[in-house]
Amino acid sequence: MMARMKKRFIVNVESIGEFVIEGLNALGEITQFIMKFFYWVLKPPYRWHLLADQFVFIGNKSLFIICLSGAFTGMVMAYQTYFGFKLINVDSLVGPVVAITLAKELAPVLCGLIVAGRAGAAMAAQIGTMKVTEQVDALEVMGINSIQYLAVPRIVASTIALPMLCLVFSLVGNMGAFLVGTKALMIDEVMFYSKLGEFMYMEDIYQGVIKACVFGFILSCVGTFFGFDVSKGAEGVGRGTNLAVVWGMILVLIIDYFLTSFLVQIL
Amino acid sequence: MDSAISIRNVTKMFGAQAVLSDMSFEIPKGKITTILGFSGAGKSTLLKHILGLLHPTSGKVFILGQDLSLLDDVGLREFRKNFGMLFQYAALFDSFSTFENVAFPLREFTTMNEAEIKSRVTDLLTAVSIKEESFYKVPSQLSGGMRKRVGLARALALKPAVMLYDEPTTGLDPITTHKVNDLIVETAHKNVGMTSVIISHDIRATLKISDYIAFLDRGKIVEYASASDFKRSANPLVREFLEL
Repeated sequence: MMARMKKRFIVNVESIGEFVIEGLNALGEITQFIMKFFYWVLKPPYRWHLLADQFVFIGNKSLFIICLSGAFTGMVMAYQTYFGFKLINVDSLVGPVVAITLAKELAPVLCGLIVAGRAGAAMAAQIGTMKVTEQVDALEVMGINSIQYLAVPRIVASTIALPMLCLVFSLVGNMGAFLVGTKALMIDEVMFYSKLGEFMYMEDIYQGVIKACVFGFILSCVGTFFGFDVSKGAEGVGRGTNLAVVWGMILVLIIDYFLTSFLVQIL
Repeated sequence: MDSAISIRNVTKMFGAQAVLSDMSFEIPKGKITTILGFSGAGKSTLLKHILGLLHPTSGKVFILGQDLSLLDDVGLREFRKNFGMLFQYAALFDSFSTFENVAFPLREFTTMNEAEIKSRVTDLLTAVSIKEESFYKVPSQLSGGMRKRVGLARALALKPAVMLYDEPTTGLDPITTHKVNDLIVETAHKNVGMTSVIISHDIRATLKISDYIAFLDRGKIVEYASASDFKRSANPLVREFLEL
């Protein structure tokens, strides 16, 4: 009995150890990858056309889904806050509360999650497919650094595009909230945002924009990293894409907590 | 014999396993040399050492007189412009058209204007018998043989001093295989002074197109001779390969 318990204990300790080592290895590899990004982002040649292509893909082509999500998030927020606030007779604060929540939290996080699912997955799939079909090797053989050519434009475009998407999300969300608040919940149009100036500051918008920048950087690093990490053909591409989405989303949520606790102190 | 590639006492270890074992041989300039061997013999590892994508655990690789171990990452990338490579499955960029694939190295590494690029790409694609109607097709619309030919045109775009072929006829039908082999010989003859290195396990094609043949087994060169001498080799492994 004791021997069996001891054996089970050792097996458990071993699997925890294995998990920790694998985790540290992955952390080391992704840190190295990010360092290579910072090295290659500064080195010429600067391929502006690739940056523009990625900007269109990550920014422009995400606009529809961002607007749709933003509008419905704002509309739902208006409903939820209205029925809570009505109980204590402060329904005039629905507009400011929705605006602040969208700007500081919902817009950057939801944009991060949507773009991680859409563009992060595409990055991993595109680069992963190029890796297994030797297209990445072809670049290297030609003397072109694959990180500079494939990862740098994607990461830079994502870091710039996400704050913009975040602002669009906020704007459309507020429009949705205004529509529901004034047409469905019959809050006075003038009153809806009358107290916005009292409660909302530029720092709230800065907070959301900074978060979106960081999320854009993180999710694109994760997407491109898992793309380069692909091996073993189509199965590997599928696995890499899956990991890119899962880790992109998890990291957005985890980093959001730490970033929030840091930003509320400095802004 | 003036050598283009010199492998000197190269050993490559992956963990405890020696994939290349104290290998030494010279590949002559301006000739077609084929490296033959069974699967897992170390052919691809050797090719990656020639390209500087892998570094030997011990020993040195000299290409066109340059010791690759003395080059840093940037120097190595610059030096790789001396190479052209035809990959096993051509490795064409699937989001680019045939034309754009061939134009790619010209756009990246030369200051040619659009008219010059168009003229050079047209010449290169015509030389590998790609018709103009296929210039704007993407790789998925091309047959395996056409992809290989476009890959060859792309590899030749910068007029490389060393042309590498990684199993160029794998996955092709006999007629297309024959055409690709002819193209390799034709390319070598047209580009006087260009060194061609082929990684293959197609013994019949190798004997037909090569000037020199090296036989690789378990990380060692067990036979290295001119094509005519290779046929008469007494090495049992080579004989087994020849009699397949």
